[in-house]
Amino acid sequence: MLARLLGPQRRYLWFWVFTGPFVVGLVVFGYVPLVWSVVLSFFDAHDTVTPRHFVGLANYASMLGDAAFRSSLATFAVFTLFIVPTTFAVSLGLALLVHRLRRWRAFFRSVFFLPTACSYVVASLIWKMAVFNGVRFGLANTVLRWFGADPVAWLSTTHPPWYWLVIVTVRLWLQAGFYMILFLAGLQRVPRSLYEAAAVDGARPGWQTFRYITFPQLRATSVAVVLLLVINAFQAFDEFYNLLSTSAGYPPYARPPLVYLYYVALGQGQDLGLGSAGAVILALVIAVVTVAQARWFGLGRKEA
Amino acid sequence: MTMTEPTRDTTGSHPTLLPRRRLLAAAGGAALAGALAACGSNNGRGGGSSGSGPALSQWYHQYGEAGTEQAVERYAAAYRQARVTVQWRPGDYDTQTAAALLTADGPDVFEVNGPTLDQIQGGQVVDLTDGIKDVEHDFNPAVLGPKTYRGRVYGIPQTIDTQLLYYRKSLLAKAKISPPQTLDELVAAAAKLTTKDVKGLFLGNDGGAGVLGGTPLYAAGLQLVTPDGTVGFDSPAAYAALGKLHTLYAERSLLLGAPADWSDPSAFTQGLTAMQWSGLWALPQISTALGDDFGVLPFPADGAHGTPAVPVGAYASAVSARSKHVAAAKEFATWLWVERIDYQEDFATSYGLHIPARISLAERAAKLRDGAAADAVRFATRYGHADPLLWTPKSRSALQDAYSRIIKDGADPAGQVKAAAGVVAAELARVRKNG
Repeated sequence: MLARLLGPQRRYLWFWVFTGPFVVGLVVFGYVPLVWSVVLSFFDAHDTVTPRHFVGLANYASMLGDAAFRSSLATFAVFTLFIVPTTFAVSLGLALLVHRLRRWRAFFRSVFFLPTACSYVVASLIWKMAVFNGVRFGLANTVLRWFGADPVAWLSTTHPPWYWLVIVTVRLWLQAGFYMILFLAGLQRVPRSLYEAAAVDGARPGWQTFRYITFPQLRATSVAVVLLLVINAFQAFDEFYNLLSTSAGYPPYARPPLVYLYYVALGQGQDLGLGSAGAVILALVIAVVTVAQARWFGLGRKEA
Repeated sequence: MTMTEPTRDTTGSHPTLLPRRRLLAAAGGAALAGALAACGSNNGRGGGSSGSGPALSQWYHQYGEAGTEQAVERYAAAYRQARVTVQWRPGDYDTQTAAALLTADGPDVFEVNGPTLDQIQGGQVVDLTDGIKDVEHDFNPAVLGPKTYRGRVYGIPQTIDTQLLYYRKSLLAKAKISPPQTLDELVAAAAKLTTKDVKGLFLGNDGGAGVLGGTPLYAAGLQLVTPDGTVGFDSPAAYAALGKLHTLYAERSLLLGAPADWSDPSAFTQGLTAMQWSGLWALPQISTALGDDFGVLPFPADGAHGTPAVPVGAYASAVSARSKHVAAAKEFATWLWVERIDYQEDFATSYGLHIPARISLAERAAKLRDGAAADAVRFATRYGHADPLLWTPKSRSALQDAYSRIIKDGADPAGQVKAAAGVVAAELARVRKNG
């Protein structure tokens, strides 16, 4: 009996020894909170995680009726519009440049990849306090001063919304290297014979080759990169919070959904029901957008 | 309004960024303390306490001044009826305590920037009236009021903090202006003091939205919540006052994006600004850096019915209802913050500058007798306003968002104030229903 349970060569035992801890971790820290959060979203859960007062869909109605929540979705949309194309272009550009190198390739690959290892919090603090602070000795303002311009309070100015420059550049710097690696891997999978055949057919190196050979061959990578970028943009929290929050809270602009929900559910208000409802709505939006994108790009279809 | 230390804010919810060095020093210190405690943990009692009886844990937020942590540990160690362990908690203290109160693993006794009305109505903190009632009259009513709900006291005020307008005497003299007595004079002075390298006024990196709270409204003769529990600030006087804050921003008189926010006096002492709104806690640092070259003012009056105003607030000691030893925790809180007057005096005046919450102590505190500190005490006594208990976090952030839109975006003050008043009215109705 025991032998049967353990399986041939004790395979079942080893299976559970290796996967067990992760399954337990996933259930305890992943699924239980997830399900609990959905449960909470139907209750009035002020200052408690074991609520008794069932309110049905009231939290959802109040969340969707909340102009601040809707504007946080708009903030996310704007952020995505800024960050996805720029990261895509910059990381693809870097990958193409690094890929062409004959020498020093490993060195440059590492250099561009290094920012990925930097924490969002640390990078945000450097951006906020050293690069884009509002006084005359900030790096950006020092450069402006060379040209005789007045210092700009980057994170405090809403007209024009200079804070977007800070938010987008910090994430661009942090993540471009990572996506460059993905593109590099994709580039290395493009068969050399295709380029040779194209050269024989008279394709000029440069734009024509890129447009008709390289880019179409990178399709699978590009789709994955865009999907990851959009999901990551949805989850934006760290740099927004660290760049813009003050001791007294968060300004009413550039407030993405997670930052907004953080203040609703986990600030002094502790309205966990309302926060959970917002989180569920957000999760649904992410799921729908991801599925729609995957359909649109034909992800998972067999490459022709 | 909640006043706190240089490393924390007043209104609310999170920590300003600790200066790196202090943060690292704190982390290192904690690690070291942990290591030392581990070495000496075999002595038959918990770390940091010498009493017998139940084990209590007491939480404090991280005070910026050196010596405070050692002081509160010393007080705890002197208590005989329980073994009290002090936890010194850096980071977002309000959020940490709010979350910890949901569990039995939270603190027994804790200081709180409140307690909030939701915490009281939700039964998360216990009634401390019996311990305080004999000396209730000796506590400053401005800060005891917001700790009192329906005649019962839920937090014992520890020390009073306040905020002030600091100005550089020499810069004002050079520009030939006298210290501003009205909001209009402040706007004019800030514009006149602004040069290419020095701004006129620093109200925080968000232009004042975060720190000012009810202060400009009180200065315009209004209030946040009326004594009958209705909205007290939806008035043309408010629209006018807030419009002037936008003028400050629009005329580029405000310092924005300084490396350290309003709670830290660096921008003022480094000459980035001629005037700064900051806490009383910053006074020792400013006085060290600038000598006599500074003065303090309350937020200036505005309009026909205005009076100067300063915010006051107090961290209070409260007892968690989920404590396993509620009675012992109440006894300890009462012992430290009601009976031990010597410790209360030491705590308020030996490490940085606070006003003792006990009137008898405030009157005899030597450090508060002359100069700018004496002015500050006078402002706090005469013009001090604390956020009422009914002023919930949601109301606060609604007003703060309105300020931000008025100041930075130039939004119509009347529309924004009315919108905020709507949120506040709904909140007031909600908390009345809960009560």
